[in-house]
Amino acid sequence: MTVSTPLPHDAAALHVTGRARYVDDIPTPAGTLHLAFGLAQIARGRITAMDLAPVRAAPGVVAVLGADDLARDADTSPSAHDEPLLSDGNVHFHGQPIFLVIATSHLLARRAARLARIDYAEDPPILSIEEALAADARFEEGPRVYAKGDAAAAIAGATHRVEGQIEIGGQEHFYLEGQAALALPQEGGDMVVHASTQHPSEVQHKVAHALGRPMNAVRVETRRMGGAFGGKESQANAPAIACAVAADILGRPCKMRYDRDDDMAITGKRHDFRITYRAGFDGDGRISGVEFVQYARCGWSQDLSLPVADRAMLHADNAYHLPQARIESHRLRTNTASATAFRGFGGPQGMLGIERVLDHIAHHLGADPLLIRQRNFYAAMDRGGLSAPRPLPPPEDISGQKKPQTTPYGQEVEDFILHEMTEALVASSDYHARRAEVARWNAAHPVLKKGIALTPVKFGISFTLTHLNQAGALVHVYQDGSVHLNHGGTEMGQGLFQKVAQVAAARFGLETGAIRITATDTAKVPNTSATAASSGSDLNGMAVKAACDAIRSRMVTFLAAYFEGTPGDVIFEDGQVRIGAHVLSFAQAAKLAYEHRISLSSTGFYKTPKLAWDRIKGAGRPFFYFAYGVAVTEVVIDRLTGENRILRADILHDAGASLNPALDIGQVEGGYVQGAGWLTTEELVWDKGGRLRTHAPSTYKIPAASDRPDIFNVSLWDAQNREETIYRSKAVGEPPFMLGISAFLALSAAIAACGEGYPALDAPATAQQVFAALQRQENGV
Amino acid sequence: MNITFLLNGETVALQDAAPTQTLLDWLRETRGLTGTKEGCNEGDCGACTVLVTDKIGTRALNACILFLPQLHGRALRTVEGISGPDGALHPVQSAMIEHHGSQCGFCTPGFIASMAAAHLNGETDHDRTLAGNLCRCTGYAPIIRAAKAAQSAPVPDWMTQDRATLNDPDFFWPEISSGGAKGRGADSPPAPVRPKTSDGLARHYAQNPDATLIAGATDIGLWVTKGLRDIAKPVFLADCTDLQQIEVGEDHIRIGAGVNMTRMLGLMAEHHPSYAAMIRRYGSEQVRNAATLGGNIANGSPIGDNPPALIALGATLHLRRAQTRRDIPLEAFFIEYGKQDRAPGEFVEAVSIPRAPDRLRAYKLSKRFDQDISAVCGCFNIAVENGKVARARIAFGGMAGIPKRATHVETALIGQDWNEASITATGPAWAQDFQPLSDMRASGEYRLSTARNMLMRYYLEDSGADVDLHEVTP
Repeated sequence: MTVSTPLPHDAAALHVTGRARYVDDIPTPAGTLHLAFGLAQIARGRITAMDLAPVRAAPGVVAVLGADDLARDADTSPSAHDEPLLSDGNVHFHGQPIFLVIATSHLLARRAARLARIDYAEDPPILSIEEALAADARFEEGPRVYAKGDAAAAIAGATHRVEGQIEIGGQEHFYLEGQAALALPQEGGDMVVHASTQHPSEVQHKVAHALGRPMNAVRVETRRMGGAFGGKESQANAPAIACAVAADILGRPCKMRYDRDDDMAITGKRHDFRITYRAGFDGDGRISGVEFVQYARCGWSQDLSLPVADRAMLHADNAYHLPQARIESHRLRTNTASATAFRGFGGPQGMLGIERVLDHIAHHLGADPLLIRQRNFYAAMDRGGLSAPRPLPPPEDISGQKKPQTTPYGQEVEDFILHEMTEALVASSDYHARRAEVARWNAAHPVLKKGIALTPVKFGISFTLTHLNQAGALVHVYQDGSVHLNHGGTEMGQGLFQKVAQVAAARFGLETGAIRITATDTAKVPNTSATAASSGSDLNGMAVKAACDAIRSRMVTFLAAYFEGTPGDVIFEDGQVRIGAHVLSFAQAAKLAYEHRISLSSTGFYKTPKLAWDRIKGAGRPFFYFAYGVAVTEVVIDRLTGENRILRADILHDAGASLNPALDIGQVEGGYVQGAGWLTTEELVWDKGGRLRTHAPSTYKIPAASDRPDIFNVSLWDAQNREETIYRSKAVGEPPFMLGISAFLALSAAIAACGEGYPALDAPATAQQVFAALQRQENGV
Repeated sequence: MNITFLLNGETVALQDAAPTQTLLDWLRETRGLTGTKEGCNEGDCGACTVLVTDKIGTRALNACILFLPQLHGRALRTVEGISGPDGALHPVQSAMIEHHGSQCGFCTPGFIASMAAAHLNGETDHDRTLAGNLCRCTGYAPIIRAAKAAQSAPVPDWMTQDRATLNDPDFFWPEISSGGAKGRGADSPPAPVRPKTSDGLARHYAQNPDATLIAGATDIGLWVTKGLRDIAKPVFLADCTDLQQIEVGEDHIRIGAGVNMTRMLGLMAEHHPSYAAMIRRYGSEQVRNAATLGGNIANGSPIGDNPPALIALGATLHLRRAQTRRDIPLEAFFIEYGKQDRAPGEFVEAVSIPRAPDRLRAYKLSKRFDQDISAVCGCFNIAVENGKVARARIAFGGMAGIPKRATHVETALIGQDWNEASITATGPAWAQDFQPLSDMRASGEYRLSTARNMLMRYYLEDSGADVDLHEVTP
């Protein structure tokens, strides 16, 4: 069967030969124009005068558009309609697009965009958390609070208490392919847009709005993205709208790709957070109550900040049962690029908060943090794991055994498998012996110190905006037996197209080579959700299965009747269809069905069951299930400079019954390194004027090859999802990102070895940040 | 002037090409060869990596900061030409598929180019050869697995053809007629100048002191791609082979200004291994293959990594204007930020370092180990005789507006016992030598503390302690 086979990425052969086509590679019609934005050079204020004459006079310039030149409001926001494509005269962040240059080449557009003369009346920008709180600059009326029991009383009554604070930096997506779009005007005012977007339906919706036309006049196509990571969920809207508006006005094809520095200045990043915490616990480290206050710097517009901040709250427990908990969340409005979706979507920040608490508790008690973690894990409810029988008994069968523990938002944790996973990883990574060896090594090394840490991940799978948990598919079987596959998911490198093709192939008993993967297209499958929230294969795999099964069912009915068998006799296998003694190739079966006027095309639809969530109350079941993982990381630091290095990482990750173990391991390896990068070398620095100073790879440092762990052991926990997902697999896009937290806490452990105090390390743990924590340790602060 | 080169085995002759058009733009926009990608347009991500071969060998280079005239007389191979003429995959391509080395695929052509160059040259230190290629999806592990899997496969025939062609005595470049109907009009860009000797360069530059000298273009490339500047009177130095000489004499090593960092790495590996280890982290393979020693000095940057090491070694700078030559201590060249002791029309011809027992240690501190600009680059050359500090030359990058010697610290050390107490006693001297700035790379306070600690590291290392983070194993 094609599912569970470690096939390569569907486009691997195209990637390695340079033939895989991205938006900027699509051959363009003669006369195609190129766009660039003119960007604000202050962070907050008003435009008092703007002279665009030098821009218009520059070589190659065809047109220059400001907000007043647009017939309609062109809004780019995915949520609150609060992001005009071009400044309305107010400037909200350094780098905000003010005007649009349309020229005969990319370079000429960029050159012209710098020639504007703009006068501003500057206001002091709101940049920091303190400034935003002082100005009460926030989204929503006040902090949102999710609570379970009386955390304050539990903490007050506890034997032991810790409290503290952690600063958590943001993160630039650094997708290798920058934002890009190409708009091709059609007859009758229609528009075709090629966009590098995770959300073609939203681009369609926003372009239609900007053009003042219905959605049926706009078709958006996305074959692939050169990376996205959440950064093309809403941020892809602006260039696509800009191209469509310009193409509509000028009647010529228009293309835009952001130069890297512009991309980093304009587009949103991961939210940076400050989290303060108080926890009460007993002498064994068992938590009785926790309070968190989460401050998120959201930037100037709402974008996706509310659900991001919600998800941070929803992961404030991570893998731990918190009997009493209170989580307060502030969504602060600042004069910076609007923070946006990024792999994990708030989950990583919330999770780092509780992992910090567990680490702090262990340090307070002088205990191995692993033991404290295990003691606070949710109770095991399921017989999941390596020994799980296949298929699992339905969830009803075990419901009488024990009442599941609940999260702070009231969802029962029914599928907790981290006890077994942790034990397995502790054994395979030789955690206990290595931890003892690290202590011995440290005693013999005054300058260099090692640290080791194990952290778990429990990540909720589903969009918390419940209506997004739906997907559509369109499948055609042609009379030669070839299959055309389309669905609402987008390919950004994660291998979704291959995994879904494997599902389609399995339904028809074919090899994946018989399945033609096609570009995501809003004219084929409408009203799709963003490929986000790790949901791509869960949702689209199921929708494709439904479409394939509809066609297969028609073929079965027909073939059974034709060959005078019963439907139960019809078997699709090995590229053949067998009906009793009759054996046809799939192509022969398709041709026969066609000739007997059987429809060989079907849509498919899926919606995730069991969800019920009230985000205002913070109560219900936002997640269909949880995905799990656990990682052990060993690091070494240099006390003289704070320089540090990851030596080894061991990971066990839960992808359910994996649809494609090779692609899933790729997500785990890549997610871990990206997560470790977030917490170590990736530092965003803004100056006092609100200008991002780290706006290129020369100054913003994502991990390079040598930053991966020297020893990197990654395995999948191969057990079925207890919920009925596509072939009992689990979502795998985001959860492994948070395995990188183990690297951060290993650094903290290494610093802790240099003194008595708790290091209270802030993120990212750059060499400078580690050095500062070391100095606090050595000076006993 | 015209430009001729081989592109994936075919001869290309360009007439009146714009001298500062980048190879990447030309490939993608003019030739429609879109396999080579633009990721950053500043030479930091490697998505645009291509192979450039001359008679001596093949190098990986970043096409985004490579100007067309730099290709003249050379052979270029892009990802489209790394597969065989019949479409057969190169071993590194097959291995990348088998080992799941691509996810989004956008960085992949650049990786393939770097891997093919390393494969051709028999290089197997993949962390080094791939340090200039960023991938955001895979975490690199499968890419390294692929590189290892392919390293023992034989080099495909088509990968050796470029060098064979260039060395073929019967090969000749086609003549392109300049002028005439298709000749240079009033709007045509100025012709690039490509002197073949340093004498020719000296003559031209003395007469055109407003010209811009371009060797590897790893710095000037960004003037064009990011600064969007026009380059007045570009002079391309790649064919000035007499500037690329290395002479190892009895007392001195003389290094021509045109020697690139890859050759510097090889040279220093023999004479000053710590300096070589630092160069190993300078830029990336692609950058080292282009960047020259002269460029790193002459641009006057306070954060170039060569000047502090060379100053600590007591280097002499050889300057030339027309037929006039003068020698100065390298540290004297750097007057203040943005100002060097260089007259109009004068250029860096070479650097000499005295041969002496190796006491140099070069410490590069940056956010990321590979391919990052130094927050602090500290270079120490301390001679100890009879337990006392006999001589000390200590120089830093990143600590001031220029690469600068720590003269007060040197004075505080010389004559003292070589022990921890003497190191600690240098405390007050540091603030006399340096008042470093805070920027996006590091705070001034952190710079000063770590600079001081680097001296302690030097002492501890000299005493045999384990202080090298990169020697530690799990």
